[in-house]
Formats: sequence, structure tokens, C-alpha cells
Amino acid sequence: MAHISDESLDVQAVVDLVRSESAGAIDVFIGTVRNSTKGKGVVRLEFESYDIMAIKEMQKIITQAEAKWPVEKMAIYHRKGVLSIGETAVVIAVSTPHRKASFEACQYAIDTLKETVPIWKKEVFKDGEVWVAAHP
Amino acid sequence: MNIEIKLFGIAKEIVSSSSLNIELDSPYTIHGLRNEVMAKYPAFGDLKSIMVAVNSEYAKDDQQLAASDEVALIPPVSGG
Repeated sequence: MAHISDESLDVQAVVDLVRSESAGAIDVFIGTVRNSTKGKGVVRLEFESYDIMAIKEMQKIITQAEAKWPVEKMAIYHRKGVLSIGETAVVIAVSTPHRKASFEACQYAIDTLKETVPIWKKEVFKDGEVWVAAHP
Repeated sequence: MNIEIKLFGIAKEIVSSSSLNIELDSPYTIHGLRNEVMAKYPAFGDLKSIMVAVNSEYAKDDQQLAASDEVALIPPVSGG
């Protein structure tokens, strides 16, 4: 299950999507909006997405995780639009029979998402703004 | 061949538009497209990377383009 949302993410709802009677573990990663970057105060974040491709790439991550670990279910939900400090930007939930695989699969999913999924984050400061990671 | 390229993030800001039209000479490759874009907007050369997506899949440099393809520039991603 891969989804890009315009509206606030409901963490519990994403967790409930991956519940399974054959799972003994659910691992959840929640990415939230931090109030500073390198000591500079952040006012808000703006996320932009190439939706059709982002969903395809997130679906690939799920398929790859399923090949590497005994994943029961995995859900990746990402926000777009304007986010305030403390808001949830991404929720990844994964269920597996035992806990070790769920930790590993969840970490794999967020690390890969940051490398491959076409979503862009602009940090807005009081005195300017910057597209994160755009320049070397 | 005229190619309309979708733009996102900093690419959109560099061009000041959400799309860019490029007139591409044969052979219609990703490599050629990238060169045309760089020539028109040198600021793309300052980015950490600039990938091209064809029909919402990352494309290789030697891949051929067809007129019906959906093409997008993918500047460095920063989701999560």
C-alpha cells in the first residue's frame, strides 16, 4: 500500500492497515517536521511530489522488502503540501512474524525512499528558503 | 522532435515554469535531451544530480525517446 496525501496522515490508520494474524511484530517509522536544520530555525516545510512516479517507486520498495524479508504487509504513506513544525511527513508500517525482520524492513524502506522516491522538500526559514539536498 | 518536459522542485524554480519545451534533434536520446536542457539553463549544472524519467521510470542516458513519452526532470530527491 503506497499513498501520497494532501491531508494530515493518521498514524493509527496506517498501522491498522498492516495488522495481520500471522504477524508477531509491527514496526513503524514516523518522519516529522523538525524546527531547525544546522542550527537555523525552520518555519515550515513544503513537499512536492511527482505523484504517479512516487507511488510506483514506493511500490517498488514494498516489493523489494517483500523479497528480502518475510513481510506480511507494508504501508508507505507520504504527505505533500505545506507542513508545520511537528507534523507527520511520512509513515511507514510493516508487519512480520518476528521483530528483527520488521525493524530491518522498515529501516530499508525509509532509507531507500530518501534515495529513490521523487518527492522534494523545501525548508522555509524566516529569511529565505532552500530545496533540501539540491546542491552539492 | 518537440518534447514537453515536466518539472518539479528546484527544476521548476530554475525554469520558472512547471514544464519546458525542448526541440530535440535525432538521435532522440536522454543524453541529447540533457545536453539541450543544460545549454538552455546552465543552473542545472550546479545541482548535485539531474535525472530524467520517461513514463514515470528512471531512464538511462542512451535510452531513446518517442514523441508520445511522458518526460520529467528529476532533481535530487529529498522526501522522508
